[in-house]
Amino acid sequence: MKIKMIAIVLLLALGLTACGEHAVKPDGSGSTAGGGSTDSATAGGAQVGSINGSGIEDEAVLAGQSYAVSYAKGAIDDPGNILSNKIIYFDYDSSQVNDKYLELVKHHGKYLALHADESIRLEGHTDERGTREYNIALADRRAQSVKRILMFQGAASEQITIISYGEEKPSVLGHDEESWSLNRRAELVYRK
Amino acid sequence: MKRLLAISILFFAAVSQSWAVLKIDITEGVEAAVPIAVVPFSWRGVAKIQDADVSAIVTSDLARSGQFAPLPEQDLIARPATPEQVDFKTWRIAGIDHLVIGSVTRQPDKTLKVEFRLFDILKADQSLGYSFTVQLSQLRSVAHRISDHIIEHLTGLKPAFDSRITYVTTQQNKAIPGSNKPGRISYRLQVADTDGFNPQTLLTSNEPIMSPSWSPDGKQLVYVSFELGKPEIYIHNIFTGVRSKVSAFKGINGAPVWSPDGKYLAMTLSKDGNPDIYIMRLKDKMLRRLTTHWSIDTEASWMPDSRSLVFTSSRSGKPQLYTIGIQPGARASRLTFDGNYNADPTVSPDGKTIGFVHGEGNSYRIAVYHLDTRHMEILTDGPLDESPEYAPNGGMLIYATQFDNRAMLAAVSADGRHKYRLRLEEGEVREPAWAPIQ
Repeated sequence: MKIKMIAIVLLLALGLTACGEHAVKPDGSGSTAGGGSTDSATAGGAQVGSINGSGIEDEAVLAGQSYAVSYAKGAIDDPGNILSNKIIYFDYDSSQVNDKYLELVKHHGKYLALHADESIRLEGHTDERGTREYNIALADRRAQSVKRILMFQGAASEQITIISYGEEKPSVLGHDEESWSLNRRAELVYRK
Repeated sequence: MKRLLAISILFFAAVSQSWAVLKIDITEGVEAAVPIAVVPFSWRGVAKIQDADVSAIVTSDLARSGQFAPLPEQDLIARPATPEQVDFKTWRIAGIDHLVIGSVTRQPDKTLKVEFRLFDILKADQSLGYSFTVQLSQLRSVAHRISDHIIEHLTGLKPAFDSRITYVTTQQNKAIPGSNKPGRISYRLQVADTDGFNPQTLLTSNEPIMSPSWSPDGKQLVYVSFELGKPEIYIHNIFTGVRSKVSAFKGINGAPVWSPDGKYLAMTLSKDGNPDIYIMRLKDKMLRRLTTHWSIDTEASWMPDSRSLVFTSSRSGKPQLYTIGIQPGARASRLTFDGNYNADPTVSPDGKTIGFVHGEGNSYRIAVYHLDTRHMEILTDGPLDESPEYAPNGGMLIYATQFDNRAMLAAVSADGRHKYRLRLEEGEVREPAWAPIQ
């Protein structure tokens, strides 16, 4: 619940600072959230990492906010860790993972790969526009896109259960662009 | 049969809590509607039952049909109770084309005899007359049957009003103060008369209920329920309450629709990796995949001959309507080309037109596609209209709409000229489907 709230605030912040998007460099070549550097830092880092600060290997930026990167067990519940972000937002009628969220999804994929005992329910959602069953299919494809990236990072298919809710479970109410953008999403729900 | 029906309805009323009744607002009338006068029926040996005021129900149905402009009760120039009392000349001068009179009489065995007569004012003659002997609980149903008889006689439209509708209601529980997070939603699957009266709850859940669709005999519903945390398809007998799970594959189990011949269900499954249309033969649950494209294929609707389907596919990049036969090896062919969003088809009972949702920018409206002329016609104003379903006579489409920031039902005549809304006093309502006439 709290995590979703944070994500909403962050997304709004992103909207306000859309022109200053240089802070979000998802191409992997930047100094932040770099795919390569993250990989090297965490090749053995999962074992040494700790959520209590000393074991931070890297830093990631999402929606203009800096986060620690660590794949230590439980990092998903650390608000300072990139893995605490568990919602991926999509463009209208699109099931392609936006560049902005690609690194985030990869981090979750690595976390799942390193912790075979973890599993997630991957929920697909759409905004209210368009027909209900088409939206079920569209939201399913959103979740499938995320799943493919997770698996490419080494997560196992058995760790991921997809459920598509279409437009049936909006995150926010309202019939405007802002509400719609917050409702077009895939949520990674780690099982307790 | 009718008697059994009445007993079942009473049984339901006893076991399930009824929910808020849908209220009707006629929002767009028709200029050319036929002027008709319905004289309040006389009640003999029994006081008028307010909840089953037969002539008021007939008046309301005639107005809802969009074909008639009933004279308001206070404007009636006379109140004949018998054929002898009808003075054709006065009605002719008043500009009335047709007149309905009738009575409800209590019989010695406590049944009620309902009589009605329809007069053609210009011909100065009776054009129709029937009597029905019924139980008290069947009075509203009889009133709708009278409407159906009148409408069929004068317009040729088949019956539709003496039937039921199903729909899904949602009740939003209170949000956390100061937050725009929605509270938990309660979902209900309901069945009511076509005018929203006598609503009965078939299923209550904290998880979504979707896509209810009728069996051809109007006795069963097929729908999607997420009650076990994932979408599964159930068949539910509305009279016995008995239900069975027919599809619970991995992934999507969605958009179930009964074939008009009753033999198959068409549905959307993603068990093979991608949302595709499948048909299930009901007698042995044998499943066959109809579409194999890598894009989204969903929202099937049967043609009346049960030999082919119309469905939504994103194979062109955006949702469009396609048709495909159910025979092995059949190929899909595209129907719609106007615009970037044409989805959720519903085939008319005569198979000549297809109702669907046409999206343009932020406006989603109900449209029809004429198969013979390949012409699209937009019927409603949007902005968030969806889930169109034909009435069993093809005269109207019922659909879901947003009005005053609330989800409610509406109906539009097949020519788009007449509209009315069905709203709940509280909560929201969506995904309507009109039951076939048995």
